Amino acid sequence: MVTTTLKFATVGSVDDGKSTLIGRLLLDSKAIFDDQLEHITAVSRRRGDDVADLALLTDGLRAEREQGITIDVAYRYFATPRRSFVIADCPGHIQYTRNMVTGASNVDLAIVMVDARHGVVEQTRRHTLLVSLLGVPHLVICVNKMDLVGNHEAALKAVIDQFTEFAAKLELRDVTFIPISALNGDNVVDRSPNMPWYQGTSLLRHLETVYTASDHNLIDTRFPVQYVIRPRTTEHHDFRGYAGTMAGGSLRVGDDVVVLPSGLPTTIAAIDGFDGPCSEARSGDAVVVRLSDHVDVSRGDMLVRPNNHPVVTQDLDAMVCWMDDRATLRPRAMYTLQHTTRTVRAVVTDLRYELDISTLHRNTEATELGLNAIGRIALHTTAPLFIDDYHRNRTTGGFILIDEHTNATVAAGMIAERGR
Amino acid sequence: MVARPLVDESISIIREAAAQFERPALLFSGGKDSVVMLHLALAAFRPAPLPFPIMHVDTGHNFPEVIEFRDRMVEQFNVQLLVASVQASIDSGRVADVQGPRSSRNVLQTVTLLDAITEHRFDAVFGGARRDEERARAKERVFSHRDEFGQWDPKQQRPELWGLYNGRHRMNEHFRVFPLSNWTELDIWEFIREQRIELPSIYFAHRREVFRRDGMLMAATPFVERLPNEEPFDTTVRFRTVGDASCTAAIESTASNYDEVVAETATARVTERGATRADDRISEAGMEDRKRQGYF
Ligand SMILES: Nc1nc2c(ncn2[C@@H]2O[C@H](COP(=O)(O)OP(=O)(O)OP(=O)(O)O)[C@@H](O)[C@H]2O)c(=O)[nH]1
Ligand SMILES: [Mg+2]
Repeated sequence: MVTTTLKFATVGSVDDGKSTLIGRLLLDSKAIFDDQLEHITAVSRRRGDDVADLALLTDGLRAEREQGITIDVAYRYFATPRRSFVIADCPGHIQYTRNMVTGASNVDLAIVMVDARHGVVEQTRRHTLLVSLLGVPHLVICVNKMDLVGNHEAALKAVIDQFTEFAAKLELRDVTFIPISALNGDNVVDRSPNMPWYQGTSLLRHLETVYTASDHNLIDTRFPVQYVIRPRTTEHHDFRGYAGTMAGGSLRVGDDVVVLPSGLPTTIAAIDGFDGPCSEARSGDAVVVRLSDHVDVSRGDMLVRPNNHPVVTQDLDAMVCWMDDRATLRPRAMYTLQHTTRTVRAVVTDLRYELDISTLHRNTEATELGLNAIGRIALHTTAPLFIDDYHRNRTTGGFILIDEHTNATVAAGMIAERGR
Repeated sequence: MVARPLVDESISIIREAAAQFERPALLFSGGKDSVVMLHLALAAFRPAPLPFPIMHVDTGHNFPEVIEFRDRMVEQFNVQLLVASVQASIDSGRVADVQGPRSSRNVLQTVTLLDAITEHRFDAVFGGARRDEERARAKERVFSHRDEFGQWDPKQQRPELWGLYNGRHRMNEHFRVFPLSNWTELDIWEFIREQRIELPSIYFAHRREVFRRDGMLMAATPFVERLPNEEPFDTTVRFRTVGDASCTAAIESTASNYDEVVAETATARVTERGATRADDRISEAGMEDRKRQGYF
């Protein structure tokens, strides 16, 4: 049987119960090994807790255990008979927003945790905004700690109202609300008798059944060349293969293609994947492509179809999340920009606005973006990029900015159509 | 079948590192993860030869079956092997050997590894670590930065978004690259079965002289001093991980072929490290502390 994989992240404010929920999900679906359970039970007992702290299953760093918070994203894997899951347990603390962005950048679904007692708070809004900008297709709002509000339906209703009001201005396609207690496991794996008024599914059932159409863009063929394979051995003297991962659409042997940026036309002569020669490569496949003509192709070039090109440009508009704690983003600053397999230099030509996290108001007076700020910028690059709108293609629409002195990754960028 | 997205992701990571770094090397212990990693690396550049050497950090406390296997693989795949020797580090006074029944050369490997990275001027080394192995590893990036002292700073990891990996670094810094980050132990075994990948024979059930220590079965080798009450006996075992012979335990098992090992792995109730690594029991953050200092 072929099971599909669902990648999901837990996000939301600090202490709302994300790590506890992951621990609960792993424990109740029997994905915890005996020695791991013994370990967290012993650590919890040593601290004087009467029950095992399930967050310790993912909070693996010394500093996290000392402070009782998550600092960096933890990856966990588990499977049920219906599906396999990759979990990214993200930190809620504002200081570690960049790690949350790391964890949520390529997931199919995000669980936004909300403490039933506090409702939607600033950090809930920030994470929801980021998840929306990152184009995560599915959202589950888990109203957690229902045990602390008497399991009353009113707490769920309040969160639905607050969330819906805020999210009206965001592009969210699929939002589901589930009231839970991560601590006690209510509505996590099974529906709980403690909330008889709740008619929906348990969280795990939802995760097992949520329909995820392929995250890949199946229409626009994009093949960024990652590595040129030239054996220089006597046996394969004339072999020239272009290795890379399909970033959209598909390619078949015999297809006409165009090489960007040169614009030279050629034809696909052969495709090799891990399992050997194949007639077709689809989005996500790592393959080696051979061409019929001796055209000049190197890393950073892109193969596309003659009638479906990305935008070739040195000027782009993008939403960015600023992630550097040492410097702010300012107009005229210069960065290294990494986009698909291409690396160029880029100058910030305009800071169009900063987005207010709470009101989503666009502040066009902003002069810089500080740590964790989100804004819209314009960039000019030293060489052309082959881009698509991020919401059409996460691979050809996403980029990172790198500080040229510290080499740190300082911004995540999502390309937007001009004027949109 | 192992999900192809997992295979393709690993191959893509290996190619990306080969493109970004000038002098990479692949760490090869002869253990199952490094064997799978080598197979994927060979596939990533086929029909060209592997564009970088492989390196074994040799504690000198080996299972002979593993060394024999290593040398055969080097011949079969025509790859360049470098051996960084812990014994040489001891002989030259870089590290002091450890003594006594509970000693292991496992931690000494860090110095040997970092010295070799400096000597060969490697700017990236591929490691076969998986995030499902251990809680500190679960936190690590695919491209993981090391400062000029080879140290990992878990509180200053670079953001890593989508499939974009930032391998920029200063002189004398380097990266650890983990292509198998998202594989589980079961994925590894299913892949080994599906591809009929050869492994050192000690991964399958065999008779061996062992003794019991801390509830684990340690191989009776010349490298481990036994305590008076640690009587050796013969039984049927296999290894779930292969490392330094003085700190890697065997498990009682009759699984003697791919299918049986896959079945055993799928129903295991104890993690592979919990079952087999004496050194990982030291402290709550044993792995994190070693990794901070530059361990694999
Ligand atoms: N009563 C109750 N307490 C809960 C529940 N879920 C979590 N908690 C408690 O809330 C505290 C914080 O839980 P964590 O799981 O560490 O929170 P988190 O969201 O992962 O926090 P960060 O990762 O640091 O943002 C712990 O003391 C948990 O035991 C719940 O459903 N009911
Ligand atoms: Mg947490």
